[in-house]
Amino acid sequence: MSLTVLYAIVFYAATALLIGGLVAKINCYARTPAPLKIPTTPAPTTTGGVVLRMAREVALFESLFKSNKWIWMLGWLFHVSLLLVLLRHLRYFTDPVWFWVVWAQPFGKYAGFAMVAGLGGLWARRFLVDRVRYISTPSDHLMLMLLIGIGLSGLGMSFVAHTDIVSVKDFFMGLMVFDLKPLPTDPVLLVHLSLVALLMVIFPISKLLHAPGVFFSPTRNQADNPRERRHLSPWAAKLETGSKPE
Amino acid sequence: MAAPKFEVPKLTGYAETPALKEGATAHVKSFPASEPVQAVIGFPGGLVEDWHDKAIAKMGDLLGRYRSLRVFMDACVHCGACTDKCHYFLGSGDPKNMPVARQDLMRQVYRRHFTFAGKYFPALVGAKDLTEDMLQEWYTYYYQCSECRRCSVFCPYGIDTAEVTMAGREILDTVGIGQKYTNEIMGKVHRIGNNLGLPGPALANTLEGLEEDIFDATGAPVKLPIDVKGAEILLVTPSADFFSEPHVESLIGYAKVLHAAGASWTFSSKASEAGNFGMFIGSYENMRRAALRIREAALDLGVKRIVVGECGHAWRVAYSFWNTLVGVGTGGEDPFSIELQKQLDPRYPAPQHICEYTYELIQQGKLKFDKSLNDHRVVTFHDSCNVARGSRMGDIPGGQFIIPREVIKAVVNNYYDMAEETIGESTFCCGGGGGILSDDLMEIRVKGALPRMEAFNNVVQEHKVNFMALICAICKAQFTKVVPYYGFDMSMVGGVHQLVSTAILLEKEEE
Repeated sequence: MSLTVLYAIVFYAATALLIGGLVAKINCYARTPAPLKIPTTPAPTTTGGVVLRMAREVALFESLFKSNKWIWMLGWLFHVSLLLVLLRHLRYFTDPVWFWVVWAQPFGKYAGFAMVAGLGGLWARRFLVDRVRYISTPSDHLMLMLLIGIGLSGLGMSFVAHTDIVSVKDFFMGLMVFDLKPLPTDPVLLVHLSLVALLMVIFPISKLLHAPGVFFSPTRNQADNPRERRHLSPWAAKLETGSKPE
Repeated sequence: MAAPKFEVPKLTGYAETPALKEGATAHVKSFPASEPVQAVIGFPGGLVEDWHDKAIAKMGDLLGRYRSLRVFMDACVHCGACTDKCHYFLGSGDPKNMPVARQDLMRQVYRRHFTFAGKYFPALVGAKDLTEDMLQEWYTYYYQCSECRRCSVFCPYGIDTAEVTMAGREILDTVGIGQKYTNEIMGKVHRIGNNLGLPGPALANTLEGLEEDIFDATGAPVKLPIDVKGAEILLVTPSADFFSEPHVESLIGYAKVLHAAGASWTFSSKASEAGNFGMFIGSYENMRRAALRIREAALDLGVKRIVVGECGHAWRVAYSFWNTLVGVGTGGEDPFSIELQKQLDPRYPAPQHICEYTYELIQQGKLKFDKSLNDHRVVTFHDSCNVARGSRMGDIPGGQFIIPREVIKAVVNNYYDMAEETIGESTFCCGGGGGILSDDLMEIRVKGALPRMEAFNNVVQEHKVNFMALICAICKAQFTKVVPYYGFDMSMVGGVHQLVSTAILLEKEEE
């Protein structure tokens, strides 16, 4: 079996697991009731206010900023850089390339360094701060290694040993229409793609679930209006009609 | 005060994050509940035979019933933002009192039994089997959490350790491991109607005595009525207010305010407890059962308004949960809630905090004060954790910080806030909340009070503060017991309405 076929299978499988896993998890979060009003107050009293609070939380990491400036700086740096890097990568999946992806290209290219720097800082904390060292599990370290590996192999292709990027794009454009095109075989590219596929697979079964999870966090997504609205979950409502909860 | 059997932290003048001291409070354990105590609140007493399967099944049940638990088990990335936020960690250095580590006691088991990674790669993700030792560790550290939610303010995903602690305690109760202090009190509410187990006649007797005391002190015929049908306002207050010092001083304050306002009001012997320890043990059923007494009393007496006295967790339950649990509120569209809500006066929020009630009267100019009567006091205010982070007062977010301070400033001349990072939403728990207010947990109570004591000591030194005003029965009981360990006099703490009581001017009865 050629490498092209192997990587095609890997990416189809990884995509299926990523999407299937996330859909299942999000479905589970959405279906699980939140029986009590538990926003961390002071909290917005309206839905519009909740949307703003969530937007600040997701875009600016507001709570983390309140908590610890070092973690905030490193974490925010990593996430924003990752976003720029991902946007830049859209050029390998679109033809013609969208104009704003073209704009993002130079930022995305150098954001790779910031991303690795942020990750390096976060990893250093796991060794240097005794409290963080205490709570770190092997998977916490491996996750950072994985992301740093993706970042370094990507930077390697951008700045050290260029791959045949036109063929890489042909390969992925082909994958999307089930038309196999040959994948270049230089080792840095293969390492980069393998690590990315691994990240996709573990996303829905790991702590990376914080990404969808934050939107479902009742302490952040509930409006503070319990006196004005009666909030009753289906299982709690059954207590009122005398039947036992399930 | 007898010499403590543990080292009391020294006040240094600045807040320090301690180095890790593994197992520092592993020996601090409260007495377990006996079988009869457990039976009253619907749990087995003593570890049941098939505890492992029962506990895992209960965890599965809770994961399906509470989105909070489900999301919080998955979302933590071990970033460490919460690690220096818990007062019990700051006071003890025990790493298992770091919020994330406390959650991880459950997360390890969750991963082992409910996730792919934990089933097949347990060592990699730190997954662990549920053992008897693990259950005991849960019992230790889930009863060293006061459910104050300070960690949830600082978590980038809003993970609230209180939710995990509540789930942990409910699982423990389900397999027969309960805490004597909390569960015994819960049973007293179900059987008698209040945490202290005071029957109606004893209560009526106490209130009569208080009326005489107030009359002797002020010459004003202030009444403390109970079970008056047709009264407009039902006042529900923590039962400690009836008997304990300094709580009773605030009770007298409420009565004076209601008297000065000319209100028609009553206590209820059925609803003689605002506190609701069902929240502490995460038991929706017990919490609802206790709250039903308030609903029934309100319906029986035909009151139009419900006002709640000074109590932190009680106000969280009342403000955030009563509408859900028993329909005390507005906006209900089902027959159960409409039955009560059509009786309540929609012009007032239901329930209403006594500070909201007093504040409104102050704004309307209906109360007269002589602030100089409080001139012997230099006052600061301790935001109670459950009020600060689990509820609100007034119409705007953060009203719970503004309104009590405005009430205080209306009745005292000398007021200073403690350091900003120790008040408001960042307030520190007193160290005795959430079912920790038990003598067998004195060591963790004293150590957990350290961050508040540091902040208090700083205003004592800087501004000669000599009174910390409180709006919580547990804070009052905790601080009167714990401040002497730090060299302060227990008379330096008391209620907000104690200050109101001192300064309020009442008309004397005409001869």
